[in-house]
Amino acid sequence: MNETLLFGVTMLIVGMGGTMLTLILMALIIRALTAILPVEKPDEREREP
Amino acid sequence: MMEGITGGLGALFEGVRYLLAHGESNLVMIGVAVVMFYLAIRKGVEPLLLLPIAFGCLLVNLPLSDVMDAGGVLRTLYDFGIGNELFPLLIFVGIGAMTDFSPLLASPRLLLFGAAGQIGIFLTLLLALALGFSKAEAVSVAAIGACDGPTVIYVSNLFAEKGQIPTAMVGALAVAAYSYMALVPIIQPPIMRLLTTRHERAIKMHSPKGKVSQAALIAFPVVVVVLTGIIAPKGLPLMGMIMLGNFMKVSGVVQRLTGAAENEITNVATLFLGLAIGGTMAGPQFLTSQTLLVFALGFVAIVTDTVGGIMLGKIWCFLSGGKVNPLVGAAGISAYPMAARLVQTEGQRWNKHNFLLMHAMAANTGGQIGSVMAAAIMLSVLKGLGIL
Repeated sequence: MNETLLFGVTMLIVGMGGTMLTLILMALIIRALTAILPVEKPDEREREP
Repeated sequence: MMEGITGGLGALFEGVRYLLAHGESNLVMIGVAVVMFYLAIRKGVEPLLLLPIAFGCLLVNLPLSDVMDAGGVLRTLYDFGIGNELFPLLIFVGIGAMTDFSPLLASPRLLLFGAAGQIGIFLTLLLALALGFSKAEAVSVAAIGACDGPTVIYVSNLFAEKGQIPTAMVGALAVAAYSYMALVPIIQPPIMRLLTTRHERAIKMHSPKGKVSQAALIAFPVVVVVLTGIIAPKGLPLMGMIMLGNFMKVSGVVQRLTGAAENEITNVATLFLGLAIGGTMAGPQFLTSQTLLVFALGFVAIVTDTVGGIMLGKIWCFLSGGKVNPLVGAAGISAYPMAARLVQTEGQRWNKHNFLLMHAMAANTGGQIGSVMAAAIMLSVLKGLGIL
């Protein structure tokens, strides 16, 4: 395979694949983050009249 | 005495003589500057950037102009803030401070659209190589697919400062990137309609789940920076600055700094960056067939980005049994919040009860992160290959 084409294909596979994998990983981390740090529920006592 | 007067008067007309003798390209570029003035002032096309770029272009193309010579005002600005990538990074702090990542944190799966929306970068890279661009030039042109002006300038200048691409190419790339970003509302809708059915465009999506905690919003930029530093350290300046701006905003304790990042810092950096980029547009260096190819490839990059996002949307729609509107995929580019608003408008055109904005905002902020991450990974791979 000619060297320029090899470079382009390498960038396509590693670059696009790497971007996709990193963002999938990031989405999983965000999911974990929002599970670990949920929205604080209002204090029950505050809700009582 | 007469000889002195004649000589003095002659010097005053030196510029006219220069224009008549070999200033055709300068005249064309002055025309280009006037067109950019028109687009910025009358049509509202990215005026914050286009206006200073056009003025820089005008200044550098006036006959015998020395603004880009050593010590000249535009050369000084260029060396001060573009030659070392400072201005694009300062603008990124402002972008981070202006971005709200909470829709993305509420629907993290939509981050995948931000990945699909970067396919144009890598397909354009292949096309540019096939058209005979060098590796450094091809990577710089492909960066237009990030749909993000500062990223394009940052990446291309890394090559320009090493002499791997001509400095004039940085100007062409920047103008192409900002022009296409402004043209997103014209470029995207026909592609959306071409690739989706009427039924798909009318799909209603459920509202994103609940709110996101302040703690998660604060942790998010730190996590992203650490992840980028581990996976693609060459992109750390880009991601670091955008996340710094966002960190300041969500922390809520440095409102003065956040305000400065959003306003004063971004405004000053944008003005100087625009002027300096305009300074690279000197006719003899700018008016080449390569510049035309840069614009053509930039268009291909934006179109393929949009196609990539929508195609992922269609696949997702199929796999989810019709619960995802493929139009949301078109927002997976970095033009924020324009692309998201466009999806909302287009969705409502086909179903008046359709509210896609929050989903599109999530995909759009995903596109912002995706574009910077794609650039970061590309730079790190290039370093690994010994090209950077």
